[in-house]
Amino acid sequence: MAIVNRLLICTKVWILRKTFKLKNFSDKQVSYLVRPILFLLCLLLFAMLVIGALNDSLGVNPVETLTHETGQWALRFLLFALCVTPLRRITKINWLIKLRRMLGLYAFFYAALHFMTYIWLDQFFDWIEILSDIPKRPFITVGFASFLLLIPLALTSTKKMQRRLKKKWVTLHKLVYVIPMLVVLHFIWSLKADYLEPMIYTTVFLALMLMRFFHDKKKASKT
Amino acid sequence: MLSEFFCIECVGVCMKKTGFEDAILSSEITPKSVYMDRRKFMQQTVATGLLLSVDSMLPAWAKKWPELKHSPYSIADTVNSFEDITTYNNFYEFGTGKKDPHKQATKFNPKPWSIAVEGECDKPGVFDLEDFINPATLEERIYRLRCVEGWSMVIPWVGFSLADMLKKFEPNSKAKYVEFTTLLDKSRMPGQQRRVLRWPYTEGLRIDEAMNALPIMAIGLYGDVLPNQNGAPIRLVVPWKYGFKSIKSIVKIRFTEKQPVTTWNQTAPKEYGFYSNVNPTVDHPRWSQKKERVIGLPFWSPKRETEMFNGYSEQVAHLYKGMDLKKNF
Repeated sequence: MAIVNRLLICTKVWILRKTFKLKNFSDKQVSYLVRPILFLLCLLLFAMLVIGALNDSLGVNPVETLTHETGQWALRFLLFALCVTPLRRITKINWLIKLRRMLGLYAFFYAALHFMTYIWLDQFFDWIEILSDIPKRPFITVGFASFLLLIPLALTSTKKMQRRLKKKWVTLHKLVYVIPMLVVLHFIWSLKADYLEPMIYTTVFLALMLMRFFHDKKKASKT
Repeated sequence: MLSEFFCIECVGVCMKKTGFEDAILSSEITPKSVYMDRRKFMQQTVATGLLLSVDSMLPAWAKKWPELKHSPYSIADTVNSFEDITTYNNFYEFGTGKKDPHKQATKFNPKPWSIAVEGECDKPGVFDLEDFINPATLEERIYRLRCVEGWSMVIPWVGFSLADMLKKFEPNSKAKYVEFTTLLDKSRMPGQQRRVLRWPYTEGLRIDEAMNALPIMAIGLYGDVLPNQNGAPIRLVVPWKYGFKSIKSIVKIRFTEKQPVTTWNQTAPKEYGFYSNVNPTVDHPRWSQKKERVIGLPFWSPKRETEMFNGYSEQVAHLYKGMDLKKNF
């Protein structure tokens, strides 16, 4: 037990030290170091898919792999973007907020790739089939709706738009709390029997929302 | 001792050449079986990606059934690779991911195997698998397999006529249906530890469907013993129905008067009917069945139009004369 305790203390100290250092990152360090690294890391996934497609190493059904990977990464990036605020509150690292837009835009990027995979590789531009599929198949309807809802968010993600829209921007961007729910529903309805994965995403999403809820409650009771 | 060491070494070298030394080091197989049991060795090497196609790499004499009767029911389409057929499987008893069965079924030992025959027949009993296998009646049947998910493959099965087998049990006049059951054994089929479906998996056919010339009991693939992930040691193949009807690793056959309960029908009755014939005009409620992705073609290839009864109309359309196939999906 003593060893475990000591280990815990050591990790605590280590984490504290690390956060202490991270906290002190200057604006320059964030803009010229942290963000480019994150940008490349997020792009790496896309690079891996492209390399996989060129190498024919995406498995027996490459189109299915592309569809699943791009879709799952879109959802994961949505949740990553939602992690920023709670993480900032816990760690008190304020510059984390500067990563949020990029994470959100990557969610849109992977969602767009997912949509393109469906239009091009899955349906092969069979517009009649696509246009009848979207309203007819609930899982496609919901998926398409969440993609549509992501578009205005991506378009208004610039600082300029943020300044121009002011309060409306905040209201508009609350959509980001609705979209993951639609995406998870899209995921569930596309499956046959095993719902473990969407349930994990749902749990993560609910946890993030609860953290926000309790924070707001605390804030309200203080004032 | 020495010989064992030598052989492990030799396999290790082979693996090292291909960069898969970790795979052999972590494997649980005993040294002797590595080189003594050809079947297991093959599975292991395939599992490590050493052989892409056993068919092209193995000399004919190394196969269990090098020369088989060709069947007039075989189709002439390009056959899928051994890799396609054995690494992309829906076999939830070994995990719900498509790659899971290939990984998780390696340890499964399908020997010894017996099948219980029950119900409305004059000669029920428990039979050893070997009792069914008569090399003289074995055939290669190249069939198209269409999955309900919207993809298809062409597979060279080794098997024998289901009808010929069923007739031996002398089904009586009450035998209107045949029910098949997969093995139930959580320890050997790890996927059964989670209640994704109601185990054991069951499937069924109407007796006239079962007595048709097309369905076979498959015990092999590509001229050799059936790999575990494909339903070893014995499975059903019904080529004009969606893949899930072709039940794997069968331990029980029962003749019944009433339509048997089938697993997917029970799981989602509105989505998977008892018949589940391949039918491009009846969509799955959540996705279209008009087209199928042909596995093995480059990823930029468009899908193929799905054919009525998966292209086997000539042999089976008469079975459903006068039936509303939209209702009896």
